[in-house]
Parts: sequence; structure tokens; C-alpha cells
Amino acid sequence: MSPRLSIENLSIAMPKRPDRPLLLDDVSLTLASDEIVCLVGESGSGKSMTANAILRLLPSAVRVAGGRIRLDGETDLLALPAEEMQVIRGVRVGMIFQEPMTALNPLLTIGEQIAETFQIHTRLSRAEIGVRVQALLTEVLIPDPPAAAKAYPHELSGGQRQRAMIAMALALEPAVLVADEPTTALDVTTQAQILKLIRDLQRRKGTAVLFITHDFGVVAEIADRVAVMQGGKIVEQGLAEDILNRPQHPYTRRLIAAVPPLRTAPPRHRDAPIELQVEGLSKTYGGRGLFHRQGRITHALKDVSFDLRRGATLGIVGESGSGKSTLARCLVRLIEADAGRVRLDGVDLTALSTKQWRQESRRVQMVFQDPFGSLNPRRRVGDLVAQGPIVRGEARQQVAARVRRLFELVGLDPDAGTRFPHEFSGGQRQRIGLARALALEPEILIADEPVSALDVSVQAQVLDLLADLRERLRLSLVFITHDLRVAAQVSDDILVMQNGVVVETGTAAQVLEHPRHPYTQALVAAVPGRHWIPENIERRTAESAA
Amino acid sequence: MLPILKRYFRSPVAILGLTLLLAVVALALSADLLFPRNPLALAGRPLQWPLASPRFWLGTDNLGRDIAAQIFHGARLSLLIGVVATSIAIVGGVLIGAIAGYFGGMWDEALMRLTDAFQTLPNFLLLLLLVAVFGSRIETVVIAIGVVSWPAPARLTRAEFLSLRHREFVEAGRLSGLGDFRLIFTEILPNALPPVIVYASVVMATSILLESALAFLNLSDPNVPSWGNLVGQGRSVLRSEWYVCAIPGIAILLTVLAVSLVGQGLNDVLNPRLDDQ
Repeated sequence: MSPRLSIENLSIAMPKRPDRPLLLDDVSLTLASDEIVCLVGESGSGKSMTANAILRLLPSAVRVAGGRIRLDGETDLLALPAEEMQVIRGVRVGMIFQEPMTALNPLLTIGEQIAETFQIHTRLSRAEIGVRVQALLTEVLIPDPPAAAKAYPHELSGGQRQRAMIAMALALEPAVLVADEPTTALDVTTQAQILKLIRDLQRRKGTAVLFITHDFGVVAEIADRVAVMQGGKIVEQGLAEDILNRPQHPYTRRLIAAVPPLRTAPPRHRDAPIELQVEGLSKTYGGRGLFHRQGRITHALKDVSFDLRRGATLGIVGESGSGKSTLARCLVRLIEADAGRVRLDGVDLTALSTKQWRQESRRVQMVFQDPFGSLNPRRRVGDLVAQGPIVRGEARQQVAARVRRLFELVGLDPDAGTRFPHEFSGGQRQRIGLARALALEPEILIADEPVSALDVSVQAQVLDLLADLRERLRLSLVFITHDLRVAAQVSDDILVMQNGVVVETGTAAQVLEHPRHPYTQALVAAVPGRHWIPENIERRTAESAA
Repeated sequence: MLPILKRYFRSPVAILGLTLLLAVVALALSADLLFPRNPLALAGRPLQWPLASPRFWLGTDNLGRDIAAQIFHGARLSLLIGVVATSIAIVGGVLIGAIAGYFGGMWDEALMRLTDAFQTLPNFLLLLLLVAVFGSRIETVVIAIGVVSWPAPARLTRAEFLSLRHREFVEAGRLSGLGDFRLIFTEILPNALPPVIVYASVVMATSILLESALAFLNLSDPNVPSWGNLVGQGRSVLRSEWYVCAIPGIAILLTVLAVSLVGQGLNDVLNPRLDDQ
């Protein structure tokens, strides 16, 4: 059978970038009817560029340097005039984007936006279009389709918006669907539903789907075939089964090895004394103030209690809006809790005056999520790391020596302190953030999604570094994450949060292998690719033991 | 610093603005050299047309004073008014905006209601009021212009602070033990400044215009050679000897244009989102 879509020797150049002249280098890929091909790679690998090239949605700074893209064996999409390309988009090739909030027009209702596709490409009457829109929304399993059609994008949840996007992309039954990280911005349980929806629709309609992702768990969940991209080249492609379990190329192997296995280690420090004791922490937003009397009240935290033993790691997991970041900030008083106590070795931190806390905050430090937002862009990284000890009155020279040692400790060049944050990669910035937190020699480290913005191979390095440092410096760790795989890898104990309430706590093994609360069960069931256990993990653990 | 300069000089409009501004500065610097006499002193027969006499190549006004000398010395005054009034407005506005945006709550309510009170009154009316009460010496006029111009920079700074104060790098600074003073001045302010700097050029241009408008109504200091005074002077002979108004008018136009163009150039340089366009 001839392929639906074939990309042949596609090269795309960026003339103004001498360091990497070819963004895509000789990419060849075919897509047949009724199959899902996953294009996997890390950021900057060129996977989105490939998707955009198919629809000719390329930025003006790049130009196609060679190759062809053929649809149904016909003429080259890259050579079509702009007007004919408009007919291809939407009618024969549909596209789903990563962030449905920005891909939808905020001023039109969902129904109007889907109807637009029909108005442009068909001669259907208004009534017929209305019927089609309802049918589509029903098909993507949006709850209450008539109401959803009248809703504006901001009135729907992220998952519902993505369903609406899928309805729009499938409106004219295109033979080819390009999905660019369609579930990356979604919570894990929503992601599982959307993946199932795409899979079911694809089966029913026989669509050819090019699915772009960075997540091997998602690949294991959905792919028939896989192509792995690195630095603008496809380094390996084949059946999903083969690539996932018998990867040949060293880069693929590295990527798969970096996926944290969904396995727990036996908890450490069972008998250590309790260091941090949290009791009845609550925080409510809204409902106060002079001019907003009847505001909506949100319970960000409701009666949260837990203990952390010295040297142990507590993983806090939950989806967005579960209150886990608020909890982290309440622990270090970046947000003042409404009620409850945080006791560190018996001393109630919430009762300290602002001045006393400013001194005591040395003992509890935090690593932040956003590697770009957590470092002041206008100051040198050495100063950022040194400023904590300096404002606490340590001598500058002494601190400078320590900063060099810290840079070395987190795996950076000790001389890097004179550079500015933008000169570092995301992973390096997280290392700087870690050095800044460690500069005050804390006893407890609170990490708020420290690896969620990083590529999987960088994520593995940062996690290894954290695991190494917590042993060497005898740190207790509160590790906040939405990713159960990461939680399984680092945690001794796990605490599951939903809507500001702790629904389950226990050792990592108990929570992940025998979840009792229905929400925890749903979370565990939604982990993408949880049935896939890479075979070479055995080999890897054997190697590291040797 | 160098890449910023490079990006600035990529725009021809920004180069034009800078050239014009430097020309005004050159006028101001060379005033004493070329026209050492008091520019307000009687120099010759009144109302001589430009180029009519080799001594007065821009002519004389209706009191027989050299227009060229007044233009050169006036450049000094316009720049002085622009710089001093802008500094007052920006420093005051930034401080008020920073306090309101950083501390929020009652501070914010109080300071922003004060800002509202200033903003609801038309700038120029408030300026007239201040000059009527405190007199029209040039120092008073400059301070009054600064005082009526602070609300907009204050609002701008407050908005920047509101969006920056919950950023992770500020939270990290707070956890490092930095106090409010340091958080405001070393962490947030440097990141909040670029739009304020750009807006300063707007304040500078309007300051120069405000002084000219006052002078046109004969309400500015009559004892200084300002361009506005000269325009006001020429008003009575506008229909016959129009050049008395037109020459300083063009000078004001070009200076305000120069300042605005430089501001626009700075905006393009300091606004990274326009990078690739």
C-alpha cells in the first residue's frame, strides 16, 4: 500500500544561524493510513519543525533547502501555491496544537470556531453545519455538547478545550492528522483520556496520525511506529515494539534509559527522628477585601498534616490545582498559612516574627520549577548564589570560595560565576538554583517540580545529582511533582493531594503499588506507558551494581 | 552593552532621532561661544527678516533681540527643563509605583487613589494652578512640570511590580534572607525599568511642550531666553512677521520629535519580544 504522506529527504536551513545551519537534515518519513507514527525527541530536535513543514507553517527566518513532502503520492506540498495549500490545511491534513488555550480564538464560541471550518471549505447551510458541529462534539465525548458549543474557550477545562481542538481538526475528516504534543499541557488523568480518544477516533476513521511527543511513556501508550529525532536528524525508526524494547541507536538507548521506571526502592531512614512536623495547615484564597465582597472562595489547602523524618524524602504528588505548590510556599512562609503549624525540630516556624524567620530560613531552602524565571536575569549567577550568606553577614571572600566549591558540587565550572543566567541551558540553571539553595547549608530542601521543565535526559542528570547530594549533605527533602515516575524514583514516602486535601499517604511502594483511595488509583492508572518496562533496565541496574 | 547599541543603530528612525537630539545638545553647548552677549539684550532694529542683515541671520524679534541667540540659548533651557522635570517625575513616580506595587494592600489603595486624583485633573490646568500659586520663576515652573507628570510613570511601575513580585526569582531572593528594601531595588526594579525608561522620553517631550505652552500664555519666567517665550513674543506680530513664532516653533517641534524617536528606538531595543522582526 502506498503511503498517505511521505517526507523525502527534507532539509530546512536557517541562514542566520551559523552554529547550526540545518535545522532539519535529510529527514525521511512515511505515514500510512490507519497508523500512528510517533516522532520523539528532546527540545530543539526539530520534531515540531517537521510537523510545521507539512502544513507549511514555517517561520519566515528559515527556508527549505531540499526534499519533498508528498500527500497521497501526488505533487510536492512544498511546491504548491499558497491558495492550494489552504485547501490542504484542514480538508486533507488536520492539526492539533499543544496549548489549546492559545490555539483557540478567545472571542468566538467553540461552536462558531468549528463551524468556521465548514463555512470556509464547504457549501453546507447554517442548519446543516449546526448539526455537524453537534455530531463532532458528541464524537469527541465532550460533556453536554450543546452547552459546549455555546461556551467560550476560557469556560472549558483544559481537557475539554483539547477535545474541541480535536473536533475542529477532524471536522472535514482529513486523511492525515498532525498532533504536536497535544497532551503535554494537560494533567495526567486528562492526558490518558485524550490519548484514548485519539486512538479510538483514529481506529474508527482509519486516519494516518503523526504524533509528536517528548515522552516515551506516551509513545508506549499510543504508537504503532516510532521515529527518533536528534539535532534535526532521524536517528532511528521502526516498529514501536522494537524501538521501545530493543533500541539500537545509542541516543535512543540513552533516552529510554533516562525514563524513570515506575518502581520504588525500599524506604530509607525508617527509624530517624521526625524533623519537620506539619499540623493542620490551611490556606483560603478570596472572599476578603474592601471592594470584592462576594468573591469566590478557594480552599487551596485544607487541614494538611504530615511528618518528615531526618534524611528522608517525601514526595508530594497531585495534579494542577491540587494545592501542592501552595503547600511548598506555606512551609517556607512565602505564603502565610491561615491556620496550622510547621514545626522544625519542635520550633514552630509559623510563630516566628518576620525578622526571626529571615534568619531561620537558612535551615529550609527551596528549589524552584522554572529554570528561566527563578534566576534574576540581570545579575551574575555567582552573586545570586553568594547573596544569601552575604546578607547573613559572612565575609565576602569566604563566601566566594564557597560559591566555587558549590559550583563544582553541582557539576558546573567553578569559574562560571561571572556569567549571566541567559548564558546557561535549562539543566545548568537548575543546578545554579540548587547551588543557591545549598549555599545556606540548609537541613531541609523543598523542591517544587524541579525537573518538570527539563528534557528527559537532563531530568535524569538533575535527579541523580539531587539523590547524590541528599546523601552527601544529609538533607531531608520535600519533593513536589506531578509525575508519578519521578516520585517513584526519589521518594521514601508519598503524599497524594487533590483539591487542597491530602487523600492518601504511605510509603512509596504502598501508594504506587497498592493505592487505596480512588483518586490515587486513577492517577496510577493514568501514568502513560505504565505496562511498558524497558527490558534494558535489568541490564542497567546490573551495570550500576557492578 | 554592545549588542544593545548595535540593535539600536539597526533602525534608521532611531539614528535620525539621536542625530537630531545631538544637534540640539550641540546648539546648547555652543551658545556661549557663538553668542557671548546676553540673548535678551537689545541687539538692533526690531523685526528684521531672516537673512536681511548679515549680523542677524535669523532676524530680530519685535523687541529688537537676536532670534539666533535666543534659539541657541533656548536649547539649553529646553534640555534643562526636559531633564530636570523628567527626573522629578520618573524618580517620584517610580518610588510611588514601587511601594504601591510591592506592598499592595492599604499602601496600594492609598497611593493609587492619590494618583487617580492627579490623573483626573488635566495636566495643564494643574500646572497653571501651581504656577499661579507659587509664581513663575523658572525653577518653580520646572518643579511644577515634574509634579504634574509623575502619575503615569507611577502606574507603569506599579503594573511591572505587580507582575514581577511573585516571580520565582523574587521568592528565591526572599528565601535567601533579603529584606524588602533589597528586594525592591536589586531584584525587582532593574527588571521593571525598561518600559519606564522608554516612557521617560514621552515625559521629556511633554515637559518641553508644557513649558512652551506656559510661555506662550506669558505665564512662564520672562527673564529666561526660552523658545516658548519667543513664540509668545511673536504672537502679536503673527500675521505680518510670522517667522518670530515659526523659528522657535520648528525648534520645539524638532526637539520633541528627536526625543520621541529616541524613545521609540529604545523601546525596540529594550523590548525583547520584537527581537526577530
